[in-house]
Amino acid sequence: MSALGSRLEPLVYDLSRPGRSGAPLPEPDVPHAELPSDLLREELGLPEITQLDAVRHFQRLSQLNHSIDTGFYPLGSCTMKYNPRINEDAARLPGFLHAHPLQEANTVQGSLALMYELQEWLKEIGGFAGVSLQPAAGAHGELTGILMMRAYHLARGDMARHKILIPDSAHGTNPASTTMSGLEVIELPSDGRGNVDVKALRAECGEDVVGLMITNPNTLGLFEEHIEEVVQLTRDCGGLIYGDGANMNALTGVIRPGDFGFDVMHYNLHKTFSTPHGGGGPGSGPVGVSERMADYLPSPIVAIIEEGDEKEPPLYGFAAPPKTIGRMKAFNGQFGVLVRAYAYIRIHGAAGLRANAEHAVLNANYLLSKVRAEYHLPFERACLHEFVVEGRWRGAPDVHALDVSKRLMDFGFHPPTNYFPLIVHEALMIEPTETESRETLDAFADALLQIAATARDNPEELRGAPHTTPVARMDEVRAARQLVLCCRPKFLSEPAQAPYT
Amino acid sequence: MTWNTPDDRKYAETDEWIILTGDSATLGLTDYAQDQLSDIVYVELPVSGETFEQGDIVATVESVKAAADVHMPMSGAVTEANSAIEDEPEKVNADPYGEAWFIKLTPADPAEIDSLMDADAYARHCAARDD
Repeated sequence: MSALGSRLEPLVYDLSRPGRSGAPLPEPDVPHAELPSDLLREELGLPEITQLDAVRHFQRLSQLNHSIDTGFYPLGSCTMKYNPRINEDAARLPGFLHAHPLQEANTVQGSLALMYELQEWLKEIGGFAGVSLQPAAGAHGELTGILMMRAYHLARGDMARHKILIPDSAHGTNPASTTMSGLEVIELPSDGRGNVDVKALRAECGEDVVGLMITNPNTLGLFEEHIEEVVQLTRDCGGLIYGDGANMNALTGVIRPGDFGFDVMHYNLHKTFSTPHGGGGPGSGPVGVSERMADYLPSPIVAIIEEGDEKEPPLYGFAAPPKTIGRMKAFNGQFGVLVRAYAYIRIHGAAGLRANAEHAVLNANYLLSKVRAEYHLPFERACLHEFVVEGRWRGAPDVHALDVSKRLMDFGFHPPTNYFPLIVHEALMIEPTETESRETLDAFADALLQIAATARDNPEELRGAPHTTPVARMDEVRAARQLVLCCRPKFLSEPAQAPYT
Repeated sequence: MTWNTPDDRKYAETDEWIILTGDSATLGLTDYAQDQLSDIVYVELPVSGETFEQGDIVATVESVKAAADVHMPMSGAVTEANSAIEDEPEKVNADPYGEAWFIKLTPADPAEIDSLMDADAYARHCAARDD
């Protein structure tokens, strides 16, 4: 056990004592049967611990963490907005909570009705002809979309296309999804205003292009000023348009990406539609598609099998799109997340969703206006839902973005996203979201301004930060170079791995 | 900010250096590149015998900030990879122009070296990107 572990909280395995258990189980009221011996494993060494010890253990761990419920969380590109508790109530309704994915469709009509309506709403919000709720998170939605785009060209007998064009400001998941699909990534530079460089795009357009992946607003928090031209150029060479919906929180209810001409876009339900994510819960990345892509959606989608009438509701079931790329996930997507997103959309309605997007943009611009005098803004434009500034000063050569982030923790704030996008020096990517009050934004801006002053006057204070958190600054370099897992449960007898080769 | 750019070698826009000696060439990452990446924690090299075109990705480096590709400044076949930097990636930060060379290669077309920058041009290329 490391010194760190013993000081803060032991492993649950170290709390284990033989014979303890969390709850007494009643005598079985069915005939006793032994599990087959080949299914029993002796070496698992599951911890034996009382309920109280377990509660305290996890409660203490939770108190060492930072969460939306404990403080401001301006982690750029992650849309860490508040997750309304009523979403949780909805997801815990017994009919949803206890539904089993293998139940017959006629016994889960309520769950299917919810999925059907959510598909319809996501079509309407994005301006799309079809939606699949299957993808498990954003990058999985990307993979789904790229596979559909590939299938679309192949079905037309167009075998020569193998390139996906991706701006250099894109999320790293875009090239990763492309590579996983067996296609080639072509990186497009940005122009002097943070847009896709249209000249570079024109030079790459050709009959070998599967399509373009684009995020709008992009990861700089900037709206693509030439979006119509970018879409037209790609279409003119026969390419399709993939929209990365990671930044949809800036646009919901204001603009429909389908109207730009996007052929596929994933939504991040966990970001835009307020479900706990990051350490708090799973993602969900439904894809919306244009008319010409609808036949390629993953199977199955939820459909009305028999129309209803005045007396009877419709009968919902599953249907396979005619040229489907097949199943992308076991069962029916992240159902609990779908319920939360449904509740969020239903509660806010069209006007509320639009107001949320507008407030997200307002909050980001308010915060930017308060800090830009001290933090260099690489592209001098108003932002949408987030902005990227540089965490470096000419007068403080030894201070880096990482030092700013670490010091923010002393003020009780989660750090912004660091060192992304890669095209900005010492990037600090800040996304306040619409759910933060003016007082919180003011306090955060004050902290950033104070840190900028400290960078010049007392850089050592920043380089040693954080000073008040349960864990001081981690040695990230050593952790990355020597991947030795020191906290191994006692039952695992092999020695720790040597530094990884 | 200035970076070391020794004038005994040529440089690619993508921040690799190369020295041509007879039929053989040695390739590495520049001081500017290692400084931008900060602490390098992982290096992946090709194996001897692999051939690459000019501009192809020949190696990958990973730092605490980012992952980056290393491109071939010239076409050619790899004759030796410096496994020492796979074991101790911090050498790329400490001595990018010396001990931390990446590969040796046999260039397919030695004339390609003329398409690369000299030290002065590369120093200006670095300075321009720092603004």
